[in-house]
Amino acid sequence: MTTPVFPGKGLLTGMKVTFVTMLQTIFKPKEHLRTVNYPKVKEEPVPRARGVIALDQEACTVCMLCARNCPDWCIYIEGHKEEKAPDKPGGRVKVRATLDRFDIDYALCMYCGICVEVCPFDALFWSPEYEFSEYDMGKMMHDKERLQDWLGTVAAAPELEK
Amino acid sequence: MTDLLSNFWVLLVLKVLVVATLIPLAGMVIGFAEMKLSAKMQNRVGPYFAGGRWGWAQLIADGVKFFQKEDLVPAEADRAVFKFAPMLVFIGTVALFVVLPAGPDLVVQNLDVGIFYALAISSISTIGVLVAGWSSANKYSLMGGLRAAGQLIAYELPLVLSVVGVVVMAGTMSLNGIVEAQAGWLSETGWQGGLPFVIPQLLGFVIFMIAALAELSRIPFDMPIAESELVMGYVTEYSGFRFLFFFLAEFANMFSMSAIAATLFLGGYWAPFVPADMLNWAGPAILAAKVGALVFLMIWFRWTFPRFREDQLQSLAWKWLIPLSLLNIVLTGIFKVAF
Repeated sequence: MTTPVFPGKGLLTGMKVTFVTMLQTIFKPKEHLRTVNYPKVKEEPVPRARGVIALDQEACTVCMLCARNCPDWCIYIEGHKEEKAPDKPGGRVKVRATLDRFDIDYALCMYCGICVEVCPFDALFWSPEYEFSEYDMGKMMHDKERLQDWLGTVAAAPELEK
Repeated sequence: MTDLLSNFWVLLVLKVLVVATLIPLAGMVIGFAEMKLSAKMQNRVGPYFAGGRWGWAQLIADGVKFFQKEDLVPAEADRAVFKFAPMLVFIGTVALFVVLPAGPDLVVQNLDVGIFYALAISSISTIGVLVAGWSSANKYSLMGGLRAAGQLIAYELPLVLSVVGVVVMAGTMSLNGIVEAQAGWLSETGWQGGLPFVIPQLLGFVIFMIAALAELSRIPFDMPIAESELVMGYVTEYSGFRFLFFFLAEFANMFSMSAIAATLFLGGYWAPFVPADMLNWAGPAILAAKVGALVFLMIWFRWTFPRFREDQLQSLAWKWLIPLSLLNIVLTGIFKVAF
């Protein structure tokens, strides 16, 4: 059996909560405010926040796994094969895949992160950068140089578990 | 000057102008207050960008945005009725201001049946809502309109019945008369005159406020526009300027309902220790302060309570509020005759 309570006590408790919250937000904004005046004050995202996808061009082997697994088909990759002189004279000629184009259309991207997951060579990363909007929808297609720039903001990988 | 003011037509134009500026102004002030207060109640900043300081121009920016939108009428809609519905809702709001006294002489028309007129005219908005829901040719709109009709019929009764107690105590239906019946002052022999009716009519006041919230379709009584169930209820198909009408009518109705509640129960333009000859000047400020307090209460309710279920809403009205308001009338009648 529950203890009898004054009818409407729950309503009054709820009203107290909102009123106290309001007073706290008005008089002690520094401690209680959960949002910021965005363009004037910028929020510091957590280091591993999933803001935008960054690319390490050196690691990419143009395997196209990310483009094929993308649910939105928003990754555009083009590449060609370059022949590299053998290390020793008489050795085998090495073939290296080189990236010509790696564009992600962020107007299409839904930030699922599947490309980051499937990349077998750790060429794609989540960057906490979030200010990359444009006034023109067509400009949301960002090229490999821009993606490479974001690599600098990627947090260092955590230590391996033992 | 006094000759000019006593001319019927000059006075008429003046009154119309005052009411026409007051309604959007009150609606915008209340709308902005709601934005800011709701933000504070949720640890947010709220609007802050438009207009520089505090984001005071946020609602003006919103209004301009609504003007830019396309005026869309659904293909299946009953065009003429669809276009007329927002105005019908607004008519009730505007017509209510006719009897609101802001001072002994600051009233558009002091009707003998003032409160009767006010309650009658406020239910015109109900028809507007029903018409809007029906003419939209949309199932969500229709459900919203029907819910609104069911709710407004259920809560019209306790609203009117809770006012009967006040009318019995004041002995008049004129809103000016009701305010005068509440006016009291401190003299050498003690308190003279009346008391604000909220003290003897506390039950009536509580019932009136609950019913007024339901009449305004505000949370926790916002089933007609319940976003999570009915998209936006009867305003689903409205866009641009017509949506703005509904939006503004909601906040202006909050103002007028609070003003009526303040007049009936809190003493309207009268305040203790303000000399009677100053009431014509101080009256609007006093009334505004009381209305502000009641509007704050409504905003506070909205950001605290969840929505009622449809059957709970009906049982609250029919099983609790109406019997209680009838009881209130009986008790008031007995006290009026006995003392």
